[in-house]
Amino acid sequence: MRTGGARPPAADVMTDARPARAGGAMVEFDNVGLRYGPDGEVLRDISFNLQPGSFYFLTGASGAGKTSLLRMLYLAQRPSRGIVRLFGEDLGAMPRHRLPGFRRRIGVVFQDFRLIPHLSARDNIALPLRIAGVGEEDLAGPVGEMLSWIGLDERAEARPATLSGGEQQRVAIARAVIARPQLLVADEPTGNVDPDMAMRLLGLFEALNRLGTTVIVATHDIHLISRIDNAQMMRLEKGRLSDPTGALRYPPNRA
Amino acid sequence: MIIPRVPVQHRRLLPDRRLSGPTPWVIAILMMLTLLAAAAGVGLARSANAIGEAIAGRVTVQIVTANPVTRAEQAAALRREAAAQPYVHGARNIEQSELLATLGQWLGSADGDDPVLKSLPLPALVDIDLVGGDRAGQLARLDALVDRVAPGARVIPHAEWLGPVARLIRSLAWVAGGLVLLMILASGAVVIMTARAALGTHYATIEMLHLIGATDRQIARLFQRRIAIDTAYGIALGTAVAAAILLLIGWQWSDVTAGLAATASLGPGGWALLLALPLLAIALAALTARQTLLAALKKIL
Repeated sequence: MRTGGARPPAADVMTDARPARAGGAMVEFDNVGLRYGPDGEVLRDISFNLQPGSFYFLTGASGAGKTSLLRMLYLAQRPSRGIVRLFGEDLGAMPRHRLPGFRRRIGVVFQDFRLIPHLSARDNIALPLRIAGVGEEDLAGPVGEMLSWIGLDERAEARPATLSGGEQQRVAIARAVIARPQLLVADEPTGNVDPDMAMRLLGLFEALNRLGTTVIVATHDIHLISRIDNAQMMRLEKGRLSDPTGALRYPPNRA
Repeated sequence: MIIPRVPVQHRRLLPDRRLSGPTPWVIAILMMLTLLAAAAGVGLARSANAIGEAIAGRVTVQIVTANPVTRAEQAAALRREAAAQPYVHGARNIEQSELLATLGQWLGSADGDDPVLKSLPLPALVDIDLVGGDRAGQLARLDALVDRVAPGARVIPHAEWLGPVARLIRSLAWVAGGLVLLMILASGAVVIMTARAALGTHYATIEMLHLIGATDRQIARLFQRRIAIDTAYGIALGTAVAAAILLLIGWQWSDVTAGLAATASLGPGGWALLLALPLLAIALAALTARQTLLAALKKIL
């Protein structure tokens, strides 16, 4: 499955420690470092911008720090140093009570799905809307549409344990996107599914990207990356961000 | 609100099974003990107060003059002159029949027609209730009056021999109050442990709720509601058992009419306190759970 469509804005990934030029970026990392406890930094000197409406792949070997980087993106982790700006606001200076409002603008897909096991597929998908205070009468339509979009109309009342890995991942994606997030973060979303299902899931992300959502997908499946024309690649190596092809630093649409 | 209102759909975010396992049972036991201790404390305090009021200003004058006619005259004169004193609230002669009835409880016949009882040389007793603050001065003046009217009579302030008993009862009431306090603290500790255990058990759900934008308050309300309901079940059970025990004791106590035991009762204020305690306990549990949950949630980004 090869996808087309309008070229999204380019990524501006910097491999050195220069401050990122914001320019209306949705996400800005400026010389960010992250450490857990007294050990050394797991992420060092990370600087990049993510532009609205773009599609990014984050690659790197296991242990390179992809999940740590994504955790900062979806506000599960504050940086140990440097500046992280989301939607123009400095995460480091953001008071804790404002985080939920920002999190509602971000959708997250986990490798292990993290569906709530005692809720049906329908209720798992509806969760972000319920948390956001959407009334039950206004939920049925969007949730039904989402179930159709992921092809699980028939399994709407099924509990996660009775769904296949691919079905669970689709429910997780539906949950991540039902509130129309501005930023979608997916951590190894195809890691637990077969290649066909991986391509179908990627198609879902691309469809969402065409609707204007910025998408960042962490993966070490190099074949996936080639499937989306306009995607930009960011590579993490031993906690540092690199730009192996140069296409990110000097993106094609800048020429 | 003691038990927060949470939309039905949000309640399902937590599994249907009870969160806290043994918590309702532990709370039930603590609540029962709290109510029994509170009832004991109130009863003992009221008893101590009743005794205190009864003995604070009461004096009995014991006239042991050998001649019964003179003894009766001295008793009548003392009652009359004492009642006329400004520091005396009232004075009365203890009737001979009353003395015999009292002695009869120990010596074999309460009817007073026992030959042994009739042969006893009983003193004449005059009860005098003093009024006012200067008790030592009043006793000195009463001593002078008794010396004049009934030489050789003994003045016996009730506070001298019942005072230690009243103090002991009051101390027991304080002990009961302390037990109530300790059991309330223990109940609070149980709620704190329950809240923390619930957070640990459901950490994955909580993390997910956080990541999709749930506020601490939304999450805390879910758990607070469940813990408050669990606690309320325990409190209701403990209250029911305690009420049954208290009613049984009250029923048995109603037959006790003699001596100090008769002064022990709960009174309207005591019953009101016992009724208020369970409601206060539910409110305290809900508040404790809420504060514990919010404090714990703040540690998660």
